[in-house]
Amino acid sequence: MEAFSAVQGRTVALPINDIDTDQIIPARYLKVTDKDGLGSACFSDWRYNADGSPKPEFPLNQTAYQGAQVLIAGHNFGCGSSREHAPWALMGAGFKAVISTYFADIFKNNALKNGLLPVVVDADTQQQLISLAQEDPTSEVSIDLASQTLTLPDGRAITFPIDPFSKYCLLNGVDQLGFLLGLENEIQSYEVDHRDRINTLAVS
Amino acid sequence: MAQTLFEKVWNSHLVKPQTAETPAVLYIDLHLVHEVTSPQAFTLLRERGLKVRRPDKTLATMDHSTPTTPRNLDGIIPVTDQQAAFQLDFLTKNCQEFGIPLYALGTENQGIVHVIGPEQGLTQPGMTIVCGDSHTSTHGAFGALAFGIGTSEVGHVLATQTLLQSKPKTMAIRVDGTLQPGVTAKDIILAIIAKIGVGGGTGYVLEYMGSAIRALSMEGRMTICNMSIEGGARAGMIAPDDTTYDYIAGRTYAPKGADWDRAVAQWRTLPTDPEATFDAEVVLDGDALIPMITYGTNPGMGMKITDRVPDPDHLGDVSQKIALDKALRYMDLQPGQSLLGKAVNVVFVGSCTNSRITDLREAARMIEGQRVAEGVRMMVVPGSQRVKAQAEAEGLDQIFRAAGAEWREAGCSMCIAMNGDQLQPGEYAVSTSNRNFEGRQGKGGRTFLASPLTAVATAINGVITDPRELLERV
Ligand code: SF4
Repeated sequence: MEAFSAVQGRTVALPINDIDTDQIIPARYLKVTDKDGLGSACFSDWRYNADGSPKPEFPLNQTAYQGAQVLIAGHNFGCGSSREHAPWALMGAGFKAVISTYFADIFKNNALKNGLLPVVVDADTQQQLISLAQEDPTSEVSIDLASQTLTLPDGRAITFPIDPFSKYCLLNGVDQLGFLLGLENEIQSYEVDHRDRINTLAVS
Repeated sequence: MAQTLFEKVWNSHLVKPQTAETPAVLYIDLHLVHEVTSPQAFTLLRERGLKVRRPDKTLATMDHSTPTTPRNLDGIIPVTDQQAAFQLDFLTKNCQEFGIPLYALGTENQGIVHVIGPEQGLTQPGMTIVCGDSHTSTHGAFGALAFGIGTSEVGHVLATQTLLQSKPKTMAIRVDGTLQPGVTAKDIILAIIAKIGVGGGTGYVLEYMGSAIRALSMEGRMTICNMSIEGGARAGMIAPDDTTYDYIAGRTYAPKGADWDRAVAQWRTLPTDPEATFDAEVVLDGDALIPMITYGTNPGMGMKITDRVPDPDHLGDVSQKIALDKALRYMDLQPGQSLLGKAVNVVFVGSCTNSRITDLREAARMIEGQRVAEGVRMMVVPGSQRVKAQAEAEGLDQIFRAAGAEWREAGCSMCIAMNGDQLQPGEYAVSTSNRNFEGRQGKGGRTFLASPLTAVATAINGVITDPRELLERV
């Protein structure tokens, strides 16, 4: 995984609560065996008409928002399925961070493992960011992971929470699998101490 | 110290406890794998030259993108979608290369991943179970700690049999009372989610308790735990009891002989200690429940079937008002409208929520001697090949066919609409599945979630129907 330290960029708002992973990427795009190329399918059903033409009213299709790197979303972003295709699609569409008041649990985990930063803010800040994105698409925010700071265009700096382990992994580009592989001794001794309850190969 | 069921399972699986810097490392007893969320994980293993650490604790099946259309003359279920075929072949190849047992399409044990685990006796109390699928919460019905993970985590478990986890909080959900006729486990969980909302359980593991829960069959308990994720909780659990042990006994992977006695003795220590406390508690009156149905585009937008669609203008919270407005526009419903009498195009009985043998028996009993209404398509999709075989042995397939319903091969089918089973834009369906998100059952399709009884009553009348009206037939 590439290290993540900071992002400075324009924002686009989807001020809708409970955006589920079926909207972020509909299931029919999940028949892939790799992670690439999902960006064009991101928000597909909100973004395109039945004939495949883009819906002009959808923010992600508007010229002013092209190249936006930060998505401002409504409450409880990413609920629904465990598909990691959701962060892959968002990253494929150019996003580096998502700001919301609340993230669904599995989505947040998946995002952090891929270097897509979920930034939790309070409702007032969220509202301010939504208005900013809508009124001035050129305005930029900056997010610094090391200091856990989100800086608004007016200079106001807000601290956001992140668990220390994810932060460490993101900043250093360390993947979590490497950490687990390093625990081989502990895993082995756990296995020795705990009698097998199950063996799927024994019967099939 | 007094512990909850969750805490007992959590504590006994700690390879390394949580510290200030790192999450807990949890040992995983059973890892279920399917074709859609695993390919990139196997690729990662190959790239890094890693093996599957415990193929003996891993089991794969094919369910999400598999066709449910009839077999050909050779008994094979043909896969016509090239991309799906490639993905399924890739799973076969991965399982062969890494030594993982696979229930391949059409073979006797294949089925929806959350149906086969319990059916095989693999799902047992006190275990940790994961799968790259959010409805892994289903297995919590046995007193296991079971939750969905992403594909990166699938890779972690394949390679190390462990997972990094921060410790969730606990929420008790108490449902006491006796369910009235026509009210089912599905109605309990739809009522719970309507109460706590789709984000209400985020960060919690739920434990369902109370006399109404204890009275449920294992299938009913699975229906409840299955939808824990729809309330935002990763996992839901129910303490094991004699109902649990009776269900497991004798199944393929169930412990046998002296092992069985040892296992049951250990399982009996799992229920939450009387003095243990929870971080939150929700109470629901089981006596007062009536059949539930959803009207909106997430499972939290549910109501009693006799209620009226709520009015966005009556909501205080602006963002909730916007969400409801949007949902009603998508569903093409009016505030104040009753759903009873609303015409539907499709009735879907299936999915890991309601496709087990007891669901099919209930559905068959209600439709026996009746006809699916003119112009309505009713699909019955058993959860596994074993459920299908059992239903056929009992003649349920004949009852469904005689009523004009389609009897399909096992799989996820129209729950996720990846395999060609899908709604057309604008169509309405009553579904026994778990998600009514926009487009979930086909782009532009509109879903009402309900119990199998409500689904069948609706199929018979062609319009949304309170199943209690037809109860004399059951
Ligand atoms: S039946 Fe539906 S919810 Fe269940 S595993 Fe399949 S797609 Fe997921």
